[in-house]
Formats: sequence, structure tokens, C-alpha cells
Amino acid sequence: MTQGVAPARKTTYREAVRAALREALQRDPRVLLMGEEVGAYGGSYACSLGLLEEFGPDRVRDTPLSESAFVGMGIGAAMGGLRPIVEIMTVNFSLLALDQLLNNAATLRHMSGGQVGVPLVVRMATGAGKQVAAQHSHSLENFYAHIPGLKVLAPATLEDARGMLWTALEDPDPVILFEHTMLYGLEGELAADAGPVPIDRAAVRRPGKDVTLVAYGGTVGKAMDAARALAEQRVDAEVIDLRTLRPLDDATLLASVAKTHRAVVVDEGWRTGGLAGEICARLAERAFYDLDAPLARVCTAEVPIPYAKHLEDAALPQVEGIVQAALGAVARHG
Amino acid sequence: MTLAAIPLKPTRNPNDVLAPGVVRVLHDDGTVDPAHDPGLTDAELIGLYRALVRVRMLDERLVALQRQGRIGFHIGSLGEEAAILGSAFAMRPSDWIFPCYREFGAALWRGLPLQRYVDNMFGNENDPVRGRQMPDHYTCRAAKFGSVSSPIGTQITQAVGFAWAAKLKKDDLVTLVYFGDGATSSNEFHCGMNFAGVFRTPTVLFCRNNGWAISVPTERQTASATFADKGIAYGVHAVRCDGNDLLAVIATTRDAVARAARGDGPTLIEALTYRVAGHSTSDDPKAYRKEAEVEEWKRRDPIARVRRLLERKSLWSDADQASAEAAIDAEVREAVAAAEQTSPPALATMFDDVYAELPWHLVEQRDELLRGPRAKGHGA
Repeated sequence: MTQGVAPARKTTYREAVRAALREALQRDPRVLLMGEEVGAYGGSYACSLGLLEEFGPDRVRDTPLSESAFVGMGIGAAMGGLRPIVEIMTVNFSLLALDQLLNNAATLRHMSGGQVGVPLVVRMATGAGKQVAAQHSHSLENFYAHIPGLKVLAPATLEDARGMLWTALEDPDPVILFEHTMLYGLEGELAADAGPVPIDRAAVRRPGKDVTLVAYGGTVGKAMDAARALAEQRVDAEVIDLRTLRPLDDATLLASVAKTHRAVVVDEGWRTGGLAGEICARLAERAFYDLDAPLARVCTAEVPIPYAKHLEDAALPQVEGIVQAALGAVARHG
Repeated sequence: MTLAAIPLKPTRNPNDVLAPGVVRVLHDDGTVDPAHDPGLTDAELIGLYRALVRVRMLDERLVALQRQGRIGFHIGSLGEEAAILGSAFAMRPSDWIFPCYREFGAALWRGLPLQRYVDNMFGNENDPVRGRQMPDHYTCRAAKFGSVSSPIGTQITQAVGFAWAAKLKKDDLVTLVYFGDGATSSNEFHCGMNFAGVFRTPTVLFCRNNGWAISVPTERQTASATFADKGIAYGVHAVRCDGNDLLAVIATTRDAVARAARGDGPTLIEALTYRVAGHSTSDDPKAYRKEAEVEEWKRRDPIARVRRLLERKSLWSDADQASAEAAIDAEVREAVAAAEQTSPPALATMFDDVYAELPWHLVEQRDELLRGPRAKGHGA
């Protein structure tokens, strides 16, 4: 990842998102931010606080309340020469705009024989952990990762929250950015001159030799915690942050498994038909003879996310479960 | 009261055009009401008439080709030609059209070459959309004509967004979006109208009220007295015109374009017309509507009306008609023959344009496809 040379300073994921939005609005007059509550309210997750005041209502636009309409308008504006950043409050509400995203944004370039592109960036919050229950908490990244024509990103670090947006805006095709709600408060250090990052590679967040933990978005931190717990038991886990969910970076995954011979995939999505299953299938297809243990998945229980704290915790992938799955994998000697 | 007993409006009575407020210019007998006459030159009138005849002949030819099994599908505009060509004629070269799926007349008028349109019907390698879309689902950027939309109404919010972009960029550009009466029930119509109103975008929302949404008649589509009434709720200026009256459509659309261009916001136009044929070649309307209704509307044929005007002005004769038809027939035959002889798109092209740049995984899938076994007759 790009690391600036300027001194690092303390910040948060939310601040990094805001800095990225601000930079984009400053750099390119075609960029505008639109959606529900992005203006006067400063964003449902406070990512755009102050931007309306700084850039005015033509650049930071509160829209009426219809996901399909402001996504459809964003598609039209992108076709018309602007570079809209559409914010959808959460992925749960994005389903109201799924026709615009799938049947239109993702397909127009192909359907038009290359005549019409849709350089649109859509940001949305995803994931559980805040006790806001089923209609606010689902992780549906795999729906979008399923769709040809889209690029799907899941920034899990401050650097990526800061750097993925501009790269996405420079992309001629529609890009969807998933920001996990539990990450907005993430604190850390970020180089003062941190800037755009590539969006086509997974990242090894922790090198290791015994087992590969594959994670993305909100589960990367849990996988890192699990790796630390595993280290205490003398298991050296490698943690891969997928970063980009479409297209997946097979090469980084295969290189890791060639080294560790074991993999546990951590995915906040539901197990059946999910991203974890896709990754396991790729490893089974391409790394079968490297594997010394069955692949394992740690996913969300296949229930609508419940409200009660202990139920929500129990439904989601947790550090203990990841550790247990990893120990299960290393216990088998091939 | 049973549902059937509730007196629902609007109706599909051809005499609805006589209602107050419906813009009419060209009467059935070919006479013109000077109040709204858009004042076309003789050359413009003749050009439009030829275009109307061309669209109708092409329509009939494409239905025949579908029946012969030479093309898979056609969705036409029989009876609605004036609504489509008149509105396209009223647009300026800088303006954009967002189509529904019945407006090939507008695409041809805006500059889509007839050969390319026919190529699209065959999905050959000269098809503007490279064999990827079903017939009548094309895009023509050069004609500022967007992608034909199969999901109902989705093009409406896009047209509003495109117009909004133009407004922000201070481009002198208006968008016109076509949709049918059925689409006025869609989510995207309502939120598109609302957004157009709130953003005051330079958009013309052109509703071809053709009486039927496949088998559902207008009175089962809405309980509003008219489709134009829906503009009131959204603060969008709305007008009705006789959609079988070429000059009324031109006058109404020109007014709407001028309003939009001078910053006075969007207009909803309800053009009263009639879908004389089935919804598409996949539909047989005899199963759900009476022939008498169709016959009544056929008597109000929009093309015959323009011809009467030309004849009154001594601008058209039977000999002109015969030579125009012969020329169009030859042009269409030639285009069909050429399209039929053109190769299908190469297999590998299927992977182009999913993204602006071909990503590694599609390179792999393409190479795998080209290496692997495949069914007979699937080209190279």
C-alpha cells in the first residue's frame, strides 16, 4: 500500500473517509456527493460533516428519499459527464436501487456496445455490531461481487478508507465501496500525505507460515486479533485482507496458501452462496494439491441479524470462532 | 360495489382528444388550427411525411421477418408514429433522448443509419451493440440516443440525472424521456417526476398513452382522470396533446423544450395515441381487446392525416406516394439483405465492454472458452 513519507498523525476511519471526499471535491469539479442526509446533516455516519458548507449545495446534494431515484440520477449524471459519488445509507436500503445498479450501471457499457460508460462511485455502509437489527445490519457484499461490470471494494484500514475513493473515481466503470459500520470509529495513524491506493490487489496484513486467514472489511480486525491469539499458541497465522471483492485477487490468495497449506475464510455474509464459499471453491480448484487440511469457513449464522446484544454477537464471526477454526486446520497434518 | 362497477378513467375513446386542454392542430380532414400551428415549411412537412411512411413500412417488414423466423423479435410503433417522430423532430441537435423501446422512428430521425438499425435486428457484427441485445434494444451515442430500457421506467431517473448534470455544467441541453402509460405506475416514474420537480431539471417526460400496457388497459392502470394529472402532485408542468396529430405533438414538445431550456423546469406530456398492433411480436392482442376498438383508432391514423394536409397543399400526389414507397421498399430490402449476409460477432467480442479494460479474470474466461469444446455453429 502507498505509505506517505510525511509524519503520521492520529485519526479515525471516519475522518479518513471525510478527507478522501474532501480531496475528491477539491481535485475535480466534476465530482459531487449526493444521497440522503449527506448535506445539512453531514452524513448518516458523519462522513461528510462540513462539506456542504465548504462546497455548496450543487456539489454536496441532499436528495429526496428514494434510493432507486438518486442512484438512477447518479447514473444519468455520470453518463452526462459528471463524477457523482452516491451515498446509500446502508447496503440494506441499496436493494431498493438494485435494478439501477445491476440492470443499468453494471450493464450499460456492455449493452451499448461500448458506447455508454457509467463512471459512478457508490458508497454504502454495511455490516452488523451496532444493535440495529435485521433491516440495518446485513452484509450483502456478495450480491454485488456477483455482478459483472461492477468493481467492489471493502476498505478495512485507514489507508484504504483514505485512498480507495480517488482511485475509484478515476475508474471508467461503476465502483461500489463498502464501509463497515463498526470501522468508522477505528483509530490509528495515517501519513499526513496519504493518498490514492491501488484497488486491484489483496494485501497481506500479517505474514505467517502456518495457516492463512482470509478476511475483508469488518472481519479483518477480528482476523488480526485471532492471529495474535494464535501466536500465543505458537501458530503463525497469515492474514489476508481481500480489499477488492470483485475482481478477487486470486494470485495473492494462491501464493499464501502455497506457503501455509491451510486456509480459514472469515466472512460476515451468510454461508450459503456467499463470498467465503467462492473463495474456498477457487482454492479447491487451483490449490488443491497445496492443501494439507480441509478449507474452513467462519460466517454469520444464517438468520436475520437479531437485535439483542448477545444474540447479535453470537450470530457474527468472532475471534474465538476464528481461532478455533484455525486450530482445527493446523491440527491436521498432511 | 364490485371493482368492475367503479367508473374508472381514463378511457381509450378516440374522442378523448376533444376534451378541454388537449392540444390539437391538424384535424382528421387535413385542415390546420392556426392557434398552435408550429409553422413547418413545406420541405419539413414532406420530410416528416416520408419519415412516417418509412417507419411504418419498416415496422411491417420487420413483423414479416419475425413471422418468417428470420429475426427473433420486433417491438413496433404502429399507430404511434406521429407521437414519436413529432417529438423527436422538436428536439434540438444538442438534446438527448432516453428511449423506452418503441421509438426506433426517433432514433432514425436523429441519425441512426437504417442499416445499423436493421443490423441490430439480426445481432450481426455491424450491430451498434455488437449482438448483445435483443432486437430493437440499441444505443446510438452519435444520435444522442440512450440505451433502450426493458425494465419499465428505469430510464426516467437517468434522464433526470443527465439533465441535472447538464444544468450544473451549464450545457444548453434538454433531455426527453419516452415511456408508456403503464410506466406511470412504476416507481421510477413517481420518483423521477418528484426529483425532476425538486431539482427543476431541463427534462421533457413524454408519456405515450397508447391505451394498453400489454393486456392492461388504461382504466386498470390508474384511477386518475388523466395521466397528465400526475404532474400536479409533483409540481411538474403537464400538458395533453393529440398524439396522432403530428403538428400538435411538435408544438407541445417544442414548448416543453423551450421551457426547459430557459430554466423553467420539466414538463410532463401526455400524448393520446393508440397501440394498433400487439405489444410486440410475442403478443396477440385479439385475446384481450375488441377489434372494433382497433378499427375506430385506425380511422384516426396519424400518417393518413399528414397526407391529407400535404394533398390539401398540393404537395403530394399518388405518384409521389408510389415512388416514395418504392424507394423505401428498395432501401429496406437492401438493408435486410446486407444484414442477413453479415457475419455474427466473433465469440471473443462477448467479453469486451464488460469493463473499459478487459480484466485478468475475463481474459482467462475468454481463453478458456476459445480453447474449450463448444456446440456446433457457434462461430469462431
